[in-house]
Amino acid sequence: MLELQHVSFGVSDDRNKNIDIIDDLSLTIEDRKFVVVTGPNGGGKSTLARLIAGVERPTSGRILFDGTDITDMSITDRAKLGISFAFQQPVRFKGLQVVDLIRLASGNQTLSVSDACEYLSSVGLCARDYISREVNSSLSGGELKRIEIATVLARKTKLSVFDEPEAGIDLWSFQNLIRVFEKMREDIRDSSIMIISHQERILQIADEVVVLADGKIRQQGPRDEILPGLIGTDAAVNACERLMDGQTNGRAV
Amino acid sequence: MIELDAIQKRIIEEVADLHEVPAGAYNFRANSKLAGRNTTANIDIVSKEDGTGIDIRIKPGTKNESVHIPVVVSASGLKETVYNDFYIGEDSDVVIVAGCGIHNCGNQDSEHDGIHRFYVGKGAKCRYVEKHYGSGDGEGKRILNPGTEVYMEENSSMEMEMVQIKGVDSTVRTTIAKLDAGAHLVVRERLMTHGDQKAESIYKVELNGEGSAADVVSRSVARDRSWQKFDACIAGNAPSSGHTECDSIIMDEGRILAVPSLEANCVDSMLVHEAAIGKIAGEQLVKLMTLGLTEAEAEEQIINGFLK
Repeated sequence: MLELQHVSFGVSDDRNKNIDIIDDLSLTIEDRKFVVVTGPNGGGKSTLARLIAGVERPTSGRILFDGTDITDMSITDRAKLGISFAFQQPVRFKGLQVVDLIRLASGNQTLSVSDACEYLSSVGLCARDYISREVNSSLSGGELKRIEIATVLARKTKLSVFDEPEAGIDLWSFQNLIRVFEKMREDIRDSSIMIISHQERILQIADEVVVLADGKIRQQGPRDEILPGLIGTDAAVNACERLMDGQTNGRAV
Repeated sequence: MIELDAIQKRIIEEVADLHEVPAGAYNFRANSKLAGRNTTANIDIVSKEDGTGIDIRIKPGTKNESVHIPVVVSASGLKETVYNDFYIGEDSDVVIVAGCGIHNCGNQDSEHDGIHRFYVGKGAKCRYVEKHYGSGDGEGKRILNPGTEVYMEENSSMEMEMVQIKGVDSTVRTTIAKLDAGAHLVVRERLMTHGDQKAESIYKVELNGEGSAADVVSRSVARDRSWQKFDACIAGNAPSSGHTECDSIIMDEGRILAVPSLEANCVDSMLVHEAAIGKIAGEQLVKLMTLGLTEAEAEEQIINGFLK
């Protein structure tokens, strides 16, 4: 279980004026829950994910994971404790191969190629074609994105956080991606999943929906209560509209 | 064959990936002495009459054979210059593995300067692997100054893999290549320097024949207070294509000077150069840390991948 207690995160602007990206936010992600965080761009969703992974540290407030205070823990220690994080814009590495990344993620340097391939297949990549590719600029944004998700699957951690997994993915791949998340929902067991997304199809898999705007939680509750009010707003667009709007590469704060 | 000691065996493993006597032709040199040699029906190795090195002659049409010529220097204070000439017969297809390792536990500098000349016959294919390695904790420096000359006849191809990852204090690597029509040259250099090491890598490639092509790519890492210079020039003297690239990571107080240059002497020569130097991207470290690696482990993985 993840608990954020009165977490704030601020940055200074050009005139040294403090701007709160996350403002006194409290949120609990229960075990066995699939939670989707949505809301307008610039509302603080990605920052929230980065605070949980430890990439950013809160200005104030505490973060607890299974009762342990992780507020001051490093990214590495949080990862070891059982938190995974899929980047919105995955990182490229010259020379590192896809199989290397999956082995590092699984924590098993001797993971067989066929086992590594399983993770790639489950995100809709033909494993044979990708397993020995370099994670460099020869891969498209959509391919990188799916490899990023495969690394999180390979970690099998207690909490998985995905920052806009659909961003940069084409419509055809998007259908596969939905199936990946549906499968994760089925196999959730004692773990929990937090996804930042605007996608109606992903929101429909959620147990719980959180609407974040201006660094504060505006709404929170079971999907059936929250989702109907979001349909047709920016917080829950369907894939086609989003593609037509050309916003798939948009990066939220 | 002279029995190699444990240090010499370990160095041979490092530079030539050899755990035992290789199949095919070979010439082992240890502390300036011949330690073993084998020739085959198609590959002959003879010592030069003046004692300055060896000639390796590969008969035309020789296919799928290999030559190993590792060199070990384990005596402190030893300095030598060796000339090895390779005559690669027409239409042959061979692998040549050269490598030099210096183990210096003493206070005097040890130096091996290997000059390799390749005469690649028409239509011949050659893959050349060269690894340099230094070890030992003596005050004496480990110095390697390899000179490589490649003369490529029509439609020949040469792939060169040059690796120097560890332990060499000072190196000046000079490679020149002259390509006739249809000849193809590929160079993949990987270099890592640490401590106070200095490394210079100089390439001068002349594309003299129509349809000749060269691709010279160097990846390097400079750590601690080490210094590197990469100076690659490709000259297009005929309708030809050339590409040179230097991609480097600097760490600590490492310094790198990259001087890629192109010389177009023919209007139909197509030449490209690229150079990039920078530290490890913060987001790469962060990504690997989210997989549970410490910052130091992440750094190691990134460098290993980069130099793989």
